[in-house]
Amino acid sequence: MAEIAEAEVKQKGGKKKPKKFPTNVDMTPMVDLMCILITFFMLTTAFNKPKIMEIRLPEKIKKNENVEPPKIAKSRTINVILGPDNKVFWYPGVADDPKNPPPLRVTDFSAEGIRQIMLERNRALFKKISAFNDDILTGKIEIPRDSVQSAISQLKRDDDTGPIVLIKAYKEAKYGNFVDIIDEMSICDIARYTFVDLSWLEEEMVEKALSAEQAAQGARN
Amino acid sequence: MPKIKLPAKSPRIDMTPMVDLFSVLLIFFVLTATVRPPEAAPVDVPFSVSEKHVPDANIMTVIVSKDDRIFFNVDNGPDTILQFRQHILDEMGQRYDIEFTPQELRRFADINCSFGVPIHEMKNYLTAKTMREREPYETGIPIDSLDNQLAMWILCSRLVNPAVQACIKGDYETKFPVVRKVLDILQDKNVNRFNLITSLEVIEVKEEKNE
Repeated sequence: MAEIAEAEVKQKGGKKKPKKFPTNVDMTPMVDLMCILITFFMLTTAFNKPKIMEIRLPEKIKKNENVEPPKIAKSRTINVILGPDNKVFWYPGVADDPKNPPPLRVTDFSAEGIRQIMLERNRALFKKISAFNDDILTGKIEIPRDSVQSAISQLKRDDDTGPIVLIKAYKEAKYGNFVDIIDEMSICDIARYTFVDLSWLEEEMVEKALSAEQAAQGARN
Repeated sequence: MPKIKLPAKSPRIDMTPMVDLFSVLLIFFVLTATVRPPEAAPVDVPFSVSEKHVPDANIMTVIVSKDDRIFFNVDNGPDTILQFRQHILDEMGQRYDIEFTPQELRRFADINCSFGVPIHEMKNYLTAKTMREREPYETGIPIDSLDNQLAMWILCSRLVNPAVQACIKGDYETKFPVVRKVLDILQDKNVNRFNLITSLEVIEVKEEKNE
């Protein structure tokens, strides 16, 4: 084999030496390529996987079934109504007297808004849960990691002083507000909350509050 | 004194270790990458503090876009051999008297992304090759009480895969009554547990100490 190669070289004039290749290959283009690939994969990787928030709605009572909706204590009830433009209306108790509806108070989704109201009402449970979490962090209570959640939900179940929040949505509310308010519920560790339909009286109350606000704004301008 | 001759160093740097490092990184990214599935409609999900991940399988997602169109997505099940999507479409076809060929069923399983197609347009949708060709058919799944196809999709999905969980993905700006209608449809089918898809936002709540 070697002889044949030599013969070929000689045929081409004899002066030419077989070219010497450097033993180390230039890696720069490969680095470039890898850079591009890494960037591509970094950008397409879904790093922040979407999260889920669980919500359970009360079972619908079918019309032909003779089941009464569960009664709840009036003193513990807080009604939260999602309004337009990220507004939140709320009132305690129940609106059952059309002639004398309870006054609606308006707030928003900021940290000083609905959260303070909820925290204030739910202070006992919130303290209990944060004390429990602190105890776990400092090692006062040693329980397996898996049962932390169930212990907290047990605390929530045993709570009988915190508010019962009824979330309602005015027709111009946004879906984002609905998620926000449920989020607030979990931030404030509210044990009992649910989503119910807006009654006609409440709708009227919201409309009245909205028009009053508009009038106030018009007067200011 | 003889001068000490320094060997002339080439200005080139040896790139090999860098290549090694990059290979390791590249392999890491390739292996951890979960390719973002293409979305039929762009949806900006609201933020929440929830840290639970979306399950990988056994979910059906109802997507409500900003312009009130309804999309639906269901996965192929925990095992790709199960091919739940095929069975679900087959079931839907039987209910609406549309015969889907095995090729069409397979195509439906392969597309594996959310769709907002009325069932009567499904055949055209499946013959379209690219996403752009499919787009004109994505008019949203009807949810009127007369022609409630979303309810049927939910029913068929639960028939085929009883372990399926309901997820709702809405845009922040979506009007609430539309979402409410979707919730109603789900509740009519006795689904009372929902998962709202959100993205993570960290909030710290400080309890005021002065009391």
